[in-house]
Amino acid sequence: MTLGADRSDVAARRTTPDQLTPTVELIEITKAFPGVIANDHISLVAMPGEVLCLLGENGAGKSTLMSIISGLYQPDSGRIKVGGNEVRIHSPRHGRELGVGMVYQHLSLIPTLTVLENLMMGANPGIVLDQRSARTRLAELASALGVAVDPDVRAGSLALGQQQHIEIIKALWSGSRLLILDEPTSMLTPQGAMELQGVLRGLTARGLAIIFITHKLHEAIAIGDRVAVLKLGRVVGTMGPDELAAAPPQELQERIITMMFGEAHAPDAEVAELREPAVAARAAAVVTAEPLLELVDVSAVGADGQHGIQHVSLTVHGGEVVGVAGIDGNGQRAFAEVIAGQRRQIAGEIRLAGTSIDRTSVSARQRMGLRYVTDDRLGEGVVASWPVSINLVLKRIGQMPYWNRGTVDRSAIETTARELIEEFDIRTPSPQTRIGKLSGGNIQKAIIAREVAFEPKVVVFNKPTHGLDVRTTHAVRERIGEMTRQGVAVVVISSDLDELIDVCDRVAVLDAGRLVGIVENGPGAETRIGELIVGAAAAVPIPA
Amino acid sequence: MSDMTAGLDSGIETAARIPSRRRGWVDALVRSVGPIVLALLTGAILLAIIGRDPIAFYDDVLKAGLFRASGLQDTITRTAPVLLVGAGLIVAFRAGLWNLGSDGQYLLAAAFVAGVAPGLLASVPVAIGWILLAFLGMAVGAAWTIVPAWLRGRYGVNEIITTLMMSFIGVGLAALLVKGPFDGPSTVPQTSVIDPAGMLLDLPDVRIHIGVFLALFVSAAVYWLFARTAFGTRMDVLGANPRAAVHVGIDVPRLTLVTFMLSGALIGLAAAVDIVGVFSYMRADWNPAYGLKVVPLVFLARLNALAMIPFAVFFGVMSIGGAYATRRADLPGDFLLVLIGLVLLFMVLTQYLSDKRERGESLLPRRTRIANAHA
Repeated sequence: MTLGADRSDVAARRTTPDQLTPTVELIEITKAFPGVIANDHISLVAMPGEVLCLLGENGAGKSTLMSIISGLYQPDSGRIKVGGNEVRIHSPRHGRELGVGMVYQHLSLIPTLTVLENLMMGANPGIVLDQRSARTRLAELASALGVAVDPDVRAGSLALGQQQHIEIIKALWSGSRLLILDEPTSMLTPQGAMELQGVLRGLTARGLAIIFITHKLHEAIAIGDRVAVLKLGRVVGTMGPDELAAAPPQELQERIITMMFGEAHAPDAEVAELREPAVAARAAAVVTAEPLLELVDVSAVGADGQHGIQHVSLTVHGGEVVGVAGIDGNGQRAFAEVIAGQRRQIAGEIRLAGTSIDRTSVSARQRMGLRYVTDDRLGEGVVASWPVSINLVLKRIGQMPYWNRGTVDRSAIETTARELIEEFDIRTPSPQTRIGKLSGGNIQKAIIAREVAFEPKVVVFNKPTHGLDVRTTHAVRERIGEMTRQGVAVVVISSDLDELIDVCDRVAVLDAGRLVGIVENGPGAETRIGELIVGAAAAVPIPA
Repeated sequence: MSDMTAGLDSGIETAARIPSRRRGWVDALVRSVGPIVLALLTGAILLAIIGRDPIAFYDDVLKAGLFRASGLQDTITRTAPVLLVGAGLIVAFRAGLWNLGSDGQYLLAAAFVAGVAPGLLASVPVAIGWILLAFLGMAVGAAWTIVPAWLRGRYGVNEIITTLMMSFIGVGLAALLVKGPFDGPSTVPQTSVIDPAGMLLDLPDVRIHIGVFLALFVSAAVYWLFARTAFGTRMDVLGANPRAAVHVGIDVPRLTLVTFMLSGALIGLAAAVDIVGVFSYMRADWNPAYGLKVVPLVFLARLNALAMIPFAVFFGVMSIGGAYATRRADLPGDFLLVLIGLVLLFMVLTQYLSDKRERGESLLPRRTRIANAHA
């Protein structure tokens, strides 16, 4: 199942014969980690001038494979050819020298340095930085991307989409032949994603090979010249340019879903992907009159250069899902943390079921039924090197029945862990497995299990499905729906507008830390929210 | 979380399971004992280079530190302060708090205990006196951590710097105390000597005081603290992921303070045991400086208070036997520090290599591998 086995059609589109040599060819790559085979005899070809889209669930082995191509990991067996020559890529630096450029999901520019300085830093600098040739190079690459770049502006002041352009330029800086993008659209607005498509088209026209990793099927279909689907470390399906051109997107999507999940799961996944509104399902939800969470004129300062929140007032009733939309960094984190109690409010009042919780600690709020599903899963959500079981009771350290008079009862923890693993379908070899070894989706399921179990009243989800595959996304949204039927008040913070339209009754929009509007979900809501967000997108200054 | 680890995490998670049991136990042993063996071998080479007989040297170390009855007793006695200081460091380190000011905490506690002990032990029943002195040492050691702990917990001030600075102040202040308020009748600046009747009891027929049992008990208690209690688990969360500690609702400033004070208290207890068990007085210029010598041992024991016991014995043999051996070989006593330094160096190297192996990379340096590939 090597991609590019059928070259006839590709040849027709080529301009010069030497482009027939694959830019990078992976042959039977296998990589095992203790306990798992992350890549199992994977063969793939990245051709010059083509975008290869790599699809797969979390844990399918995409990240490992890309780490092998970029030189971070060594394969256990298998061969890599770059430009027709077999090579061993023994370090990321060597990978760059061979022309493999990598753009990670999370942007890595240093915000306080200018664009030009960031680029010069990344380019294996000598003692003296050569500004003039760097400027020339930047102008050259910017025109290749078809974007305008000001070299002297601070990187931190650029919008996310623009920062990503700089990341791409950085990856191409020393002459890349292959560009790898890991979920590049996850942080972008729809406009930004469209713009990125144009940029990539321009680059392939110049003969660059691109590997584009994504979860979003429609993106893969729109951007990819070829699509490869990874599952459990194997390539389970590929589509060539002919096939992609021949069928309508709808049908392609179904075929890919079948590859990813097998026949049985196709309808499920389709629902989530095509976001059939869950509004109908929620008609059964009991929206009680009782306000469970009230924010009255709450202000808080932000962290890490992000916006805080200013004078935010919002009421969430039992059985209701209220969305919080906005571009990342507009105060979402401060909003979530101030509700959870992790961040101190400087003004206003927060009430939980009518009781003021301004002076209540994080753990007391947790006990009162106020739960926070963080978006920073590995950063603060779990202790990655600890077992799944203890992570599931991490917010109940010292509490009965897991700790009895301060001393741990391991069997009680184990019992609860097994129940939650079962109930929330957490795929783990055992409760003792280190949680950091699980896939992102399963870590998220564990975090949700921890927050949602033990009688929640109010649950705040921060980007609940960010980076998750279609099936897990669907399961999470189902779970949110189920909670509302039990009368729980839910807040969903997300930069994914589709998600908010899918699950929310009302959507509030955060712009620079202020709540600029609340939109009732229904016909035309998407446009209205989009307008509020885009209004926000126009200017995102970071306050001093 | 860096991109590198994110890649690793999502890479490992997957699919098919291969039947490979980690040789975790062997691995731990190699990582713990390997650096010591390598350091002793390198030490032997160094000895040979400067014209000493390494075999005779190590023979002397073992003879004086282990095989001679008096040496063995001294070695065992020496483990007491090492275990207690080690327990104090383990408590702090596991919570991710770098208490590098143990020398100041130790010496200040020693000064207070040595200054108060002679009078106190003469006026109350000795058993009560011992208990009071133990609490005095603990209180002084704990008190000396309050400023760094508070700055760290409340304002995030780097505790490595503050504890080191406080340590300098503590060492100086201890000397001042011994020269001033605690100065005894002797012409040299030193405290009064504790009457032999007031010293900690020895076991029958040997010169090993009961403080050793206290140290063993404390080691077991610290082990239990982390293995079984909610308090220990909270400290472990703080050490393993400080942001998770905030997220799960641990009162981090308070826990930082409590942990630091417990750490300082155990170090202060070490001082009390040393003064009342072994030294009986304190000179103004005296400073055993356990702190930085115990740090590598604590890491070799992988921050496990029980695993610390054999390393404390090793330290005892090296310091008691080493003192004798260096004298016989006409070397400065600081040669022991060279060995400790080498242990640290090889510890880092072993860690680096085994991390590399976990990532599935070859252990050979890169240049060699490229050469092999071309061959």
